[in-house]
Amino acid sequence: MDPVIPPIVVIKDLNKSYRRGSQIIPVLNNISFDIDDGEFLALMGPSGSGKSTLLNLIAGIDKPDSGAISVGGTDITFLGEAELAQWRSANVGFIFQFYNLIPVLTAFENVELPLLLASLSRKERREHVEMALRMVNLTDRMDHYPGQLSGGQQQRVAIARAVVPDPAILVADEPTGDLDKTSAREILELMERLVHELGKTIIMVTHDPRAAEKAHVVRNLDKGVLNNVHT
Amino acid sequence: MFILKLLIRNALRHKLRTSLTVIGIAIAIVAFGLLRTLVGVWYSGAEHSSASRLVTRNAISLIFPLPLSYKDRIRQIPGVKAVSYGNWFGGIYRDEKNFFANYAVEPASYLDLYPEIVLPAEQKAAFIRDRKGCIVGQKLADLYGWRIGDMITLRGSIFPGQWEFVLRGIYRGAEKSTEERVLLFHWDYLNETMKKTTPRRADQVGFYMIGITTPDLTAEVALKVDGMFRNSLAETLTETERAFHLGFIAMTEAIVVAIQIVSYMVIVIIMIVAANTMAMTARERITEYATMKTLGFGAVHIAVIVFGESIFIAMIGGAIGVLLTFPGARWIETELSQYFPSFSVSPGTVYLDLLAACMIGMVAAVFPTWRGATIRIAEGLRRIG
Amino acid sequence: MGIPYSYSFRNLWTRRLTTVLTASGMALVVFVFSATLMLAAGLQKTLVDTGSYDNVIVIRKSATSEVQSGVERLQASIIESQPEVAIGESGQPLLAKELVVLINIPKRGTNKPANVVIRGISARSLLLRPQAKLVEGRMPKPGSAEVVAGKSIAQRFHGGGIGETVRFGMRNWIVVGVFDAGNTGFSSEIWGDVDQLMQAFRRPVYSSVTFKLRDSSRFDEFKTRIEGDPRLTLEAKRETRFYQDQSEMMAKFLRILGLTLTVVFSLGAVIGAMITMYAAVAQRIAEIGTLRALGFQKGSILAAFVLESLFLGLIGGSAGLLFASFLQFITISTMNWQTFAELAFSFTLTFDIAWKSLAFSLVMGFVGGVLPALRAAKMNIVDALRAS
Repeated sequence: MDPVIPPIVVIKDLNKSYRRGSQIIPVLNNISFDIDDGEFLALMGPSGSGKSTLLNLIAGIDKPDSGAISVGGTDITFLGEAELAQWRSANVGFIFQFYNLIPVLTAFENVELPLLLASLSRKERREHVEMALRMVNLTDRMDHYPGQLSGGQQQRVAIARAVVPDPAILVADEPTGDLDKTSAREILELMERLVHELGKTIIMVTHDPRAAEKAHVVRNLDKGVLNNVHT
Repeated sequence: MFILKLLIRNALRHKLRTSLTVIGIAIAIVAFGLLRTLVGVWYSGAEHSSASRLVTRNAISLIFPLPLSYKDRIRQIPGVKAVSYGNWFGGIYRDEKNFFANYAVEPASYLDLYPEIVLPAEQKAAFIRDRKGCIVGQKLADLYGWRIGDMITLRGSIFPGQWEFVLRGIYRGAEKSTEERVLLFHWDYLNETMKKTTPRRADQVGFYMIGITTPDLTAEVALKVDGMFRNSLAETLTETERAFHLGFIAMTEAIVVAIQIVSYMVIVIIMIVAANTMAMTARERITEYATMKTLGFGAVHIAVIVFGESIFIAMIGGAIGVLLTFPGARWIETELSQYFPSFSVSPGTVYLDLLAACMIGMVAAVFPTWRGATIRIAEGLRRIG
Repeated sequence: MGIPYSYSFRNLWTRRLTTVLTASGMALVVFVFSATLMLAAGLQKTLVDTGSYDNVIVIRKSATSEVQSGVERLQASIIESQPEVAIGESGQPLLAKELVVLINIPKRGTNKPANVVIRGISARSLLLRPQAKLVEGRMPKPGSAEVVAGKSIAQRFHGGGIGETVRFGMRNWIVVGVFDAGNTGFSSEIWGDVDQLMQAFRRPVYSSVTFKLRDSSRFDEFKTRIEGDPRLTLEAKRETRFYQDQSEMMAKFLRILGLTLTVVFSLGAVIGAMITMYAAVAQRIAEIGTLRALGFQKGSILAAFVLESLFLGLIGGSAGLLFASFLQFITISTMNWQTFAELAFSFTLTFDIAWKSLAFSLVMGFVGGVLPALRAAKMNIVDALRAS
């Protein structure tokens, strides 16, 4: 860990619990750790261990009960809804297990979505989108709808959408969970390239040991407590 | 505009569901429009009647007559320009289904009081000359294929017997709203016949029509007429033609009110159907809305998309409904002419239709918009997988 | 074995909001359907009950109502002497010569005037109309300016209550009694002594002659003889038929209007049901695939979804019928177009209407659900399981 470049994500004493009916179920228990800039982190652990919850908190789509999170130098713990939204659009790229593409938009339009929130001209947006699609090798399918693409292709579009605003971090929740072996491998290679060639930081939740292999750092989450396993 | 593109494409996503909803809304708008027109027709008699002609009738009720001798006394009252008189005849043409209004009137004075009855000069003269003559409106002539010179026979209900008339003139209404399904004949013919058959019924009129010199004298003249005949054997009740018609309508008000209520219920029913559709649609798309929120779109964006889709579908249904209302009205005018001599859709009704469609879209969108806009991202993403 | 019907029922319970919305749409439709049938039935009942089958009413030929009709004294006497007229206990013919006119009276509350029937009755009129019973006060004394009012008039019109006065024919007439004739048209009338009224209105002729048939089957003989007699310009009808004809136009209008509206509304409700059921099927594709994989037949799937839709219809229909039944507390007061007279009638719920409404709701449920159910049943198992 290079002391000159500060960590891109800093988490201190994070607590989160959920209410189910009348019960309160604790999910994360005093978690503290850092993620370095350019790190490829895999979060693993048994079902219900709170991995996705932690991911959601880092990505700013959920709020902790106590503790502090700071991403790219910004403390996001207490930002309001609207501010978080704005922050997310520029700073976080999402990759979901089920791609979550908008079915009525073409691949191009899906990738363009995040850019509509920035003040760019039509021409500028087009340039960025094409670049992102080139990166994932899908320029020939720009005008296809998600329904016309395979699972692997849809996930690539999703990755293009995630990188197009040039975010500080990329978060991926089981990105290979719905893919066959070949597509899964393609996606993981793509993610590796993003880290090595473009210096992106990726935080990935996964069950898949092959996915974990590609990561630099693997952390285990069990019953809300974090352990460390190096690769 | 991106949002417009998205909501149109979303609307077209489930073609079957969207078509069903559009059809439902279109049907509702047609029904609503036709019912409003029905209510309008009901009141139209009153709306287009004059506020400067007075009707004088027996104060007890319409079925009691007034003496002919009142005519000259009414004529003397200051402010009175002209007096005419007549009887509701209620004759039946062939059978009860062919209902139209027929009156025995004093021809010259009546036609003077009704400038909206437009008759070529020679037809008017022929009518006045022939005591057994009659005139009918163009619509009535067209309906039964009558031509000048034809003999028309009416079976009297109030004045018994078979009554024959010769058609001497066909009039047009000066305005679109003028009643053209009327037959007018000579009061003298009625009276002479009564003198021979039932003398005690002779020299009696059903109503007097009074023309005023200036419209602001109506109230004054009405009071004077009634005052003149108070405490006599046939007390009068004088009111403007419009008030008279409104009085009639008020008597069947219950039915009209019921029809108005029903027309609103139509809208409510389809609102429920549309709301159901939008609710289901929104529920299915929760994950998409959550995804867009993760990308940074705000509650307002989502709200506009959901709301817009609802309004879009509703307005298409509304437009189709408006278009279909016109042929529907024509059908009613032809098939149900016994009840509705004229049934035309007014521009006001069209605006009301579109407004109703808009309201349907808005109300249907309320709950889904609120749901979509306020969904917590983590919850929305958790829905699938 | 088929899928247990609790499956269908519980699915409705799970998607409560959608179920409530769709059922509400159907409830509203059934409400309108029953309401219009009830209205037409109420109108029909009022006027039909108003007569007795064994009574005959004689009016002037071509007159469409008693108000238009005139029967001269001489003609009335001729009728009285006919053999078909029943003789009462006192040895007098059970026959009444009556005068019927309309007067304008303002309604209580709105003050808007309406035409009310005033009937001049004679000694035996009450005997001929067993449905009318005096419930307050007494009958008018002969020779006095007194009248009795039907219950509907007493309630709704100024001056109609007991002790109040109605003014007409230049005199004030005191209401000395109130009679109740149930739902019949007579409850919307004011009755007084025929001779007094003929004087007051200066009408020297009667409006109608009503009598009871000695032998009900002899009606046609009577009718032929009377209508064939050149001296008389009269026609005869059975009392029930006479009053039925008087409501014909209005009843027909209400029925046509009601039925048209119901067709339109039901289209809306069926569309609502179809949308709901299609969505239900779409949501449960994996479930359907699983059921098929487990061994349930296509027919069972079809039945389960149709059943769900029928339940939906039944829930809606029952709710609609329930609300419609409350309409029975409402009375409509309007003018009969044919007679120009005031008429009050209420919504009448008959067993016929009730079962027709429920059947209608089931039909709506069926039509709305059958196509989506077919789609569910015809699904390919493998495709269904793959979709999630």
